[in-house]
Amino acid sequence: MSPLALEKLDRRWIFLAVGLLVLFPLLFPLALPLYVSPPVAAFVRAMDAIPNGSKVLMSCDYDPSATPEVVPMTRTAFRHLMDKDCKVIITVLWNGGPGLVDRVVRQIAEKEYPNKKYGVDYVNLGYKAGEEAVMVLMGQGILNAFPQDYRGNDTRSLPIMQGVRGYSSFPILVSISSGYPGTKEWVQQVQSRFHIPMVAGATAVSAPEYYPYLQSHQLLGLLGGMAGAAEYEKARHEKGSATRGMDAQSLAHYFVALCIVLGNVGMWSKRRRSGP
Amino acid sequence: MTPHLAPLTTADGLGVWIGALLTLCVFSFLYKDNPFYKVAEHLFVGVSAGYYIILYWWTSLYPNLYQPLVKAFAGHGVTARTGFLAAEQGDYRGWLMIPGVLGLLLFTRFFGRIGWLSRWPLAVIIGVYVGLQTTGFAQSDLVAQAQASMQPLWTGNLATSVNAIVFTVGLVTSLLFFFFSREHRGGLGVVSKIGIFFLMVSFGAGYGYTVMSRVSLLIGRFQFLLEDWLGIVR
Repeated sequence: MSPLALEKLDRRWIFLAVGLLVLFPLLFPLALPLYVSPPVAAFVRAMDAIPNGSKVLMSCDYDPSATPEVVPMTRTAFRHLMDKDCKVIITVLWNGGPGLVDRVVRQIAEKEYPNKKYGVDYVNLGYKAGEEAVMVLMGQGILNAFPQDYRGNDTRSLPIMQGVRGYSSFPILVSISSGYPGTKEWVQQVQSRFHIPMVAGATAVSAPEYYPYLQSHQLLGLLGGMAGAAEYEKARHEKGSATRGMDAQSLAHYFVALCIVLGNVGMWSKRRRSGP
Repeated sequence: MTPHLAPLTTADGLGVWIGALLTLCVFSFLYKDNPFYKVAEHLFVGVSAGYYIILYWWTSLYPNLYQPLVKAFAGHGVTARTGFLAAEQGDYRGWLMIPGVLGLLLFTRFFGRIGWLSRWPLAVIIGVYVGLQTTGFAQSDLVAQAQASMQPLWTGNLATSVNAIVFTVGLVTSLLFFFFSREHRGGLGVVSKIGIFFLMVSFGAGYGYTVMSRVSLLIGRFQFLLEDWLGIVR
């Protein structure tokens, strides 16, 4: 097939090829190697450095559309904090997210940590409209911004919220996000104003925007997309859905790279025939 | 690889079946637009609208506006203070009448002659967000990033020094590429071409990450179909 024939190729053949390349390794895993990159290793170090038993603020700002990338991060980070006996206070600034986050956290807590109690060891404060305004309001008092948790409990009555005031109550902020409002806004409104140490996990499409924050140490660690989630799972000796998806991810990337090369060869060949 | 289909007899299993069938309906669009895709699309829009109305009421309007106002009208104090307008930082009780009325004014857009009143709450919203964004950006992106850019070129370690030099060259040449007060010829032309090279690398990285994100979504759906619905992979 001439490279020029690619121009007339029905795009549905490409969809089919990508579909098969993704499906095959999910059915028959290839176990391609996976390495922990420096930003992920820094994330793990920052989480390890949290004093055991601390209260940690974890903001899960995403909705179901980003599930394959950010839910594995949420699971591993939540397990990481539970293993350290931390008290995890979860907020959600995306309107499509609170139900999903509640299900993820509840499943892990009930199945893997039966001794951990809701309202004592972890709480889901749920969704609050207002984006940056909520972040600033939380600085004046978490309880004022969230008078009720996601399940309708009065937050002032929850043992985990006793002694919690503003951001100074937390040794670290864990932001897992898939866009606006998310990590960028937490850095702008909270990290830079309240100087709270912060780590982030983000969808791959938004991760490049956050690397400058990593360079400047405004973020202590960063998980970028499914690859970041898989590396975090590897560092924690877990084999979650991100790890299982990485073979498919690699094959799809090889295919996209091949398409780019073939497309460029086709274009170069076309230009050569038509002259300068 | 024996299939273990999600049971149709439980609420969770039924949810998985509905999710799986709707996923297939959406995937059918890859072949061409069709009624199955349209059904899934319209269902999504309708369910989302209902979900958001309920969510906003129970998570924001009820606990943050309605309940504090009820307490204020009932005379419940804030800590030791009493009275309709008793308040403390972050808990403004009766004062919430002001944002409440401003919120209602947004709906005047539906009533022709008094529609101009909706501009007042919009002005407040824009003013607040401009203020928050400006100060946030100045602190985190302008000052902090400029500060982090000022780094020694020789750190005593070859690898980190090369990193610092590449970073500095990329920063300076990229900035000069956006200097349009002089024609990009001569020395400035060379430097701006190097800047383009760095910009292209960043666009390429961005594209690669975008591909990873989109492929991840496909993987997620396939994992759902294979693991949760068909039970082929565990």
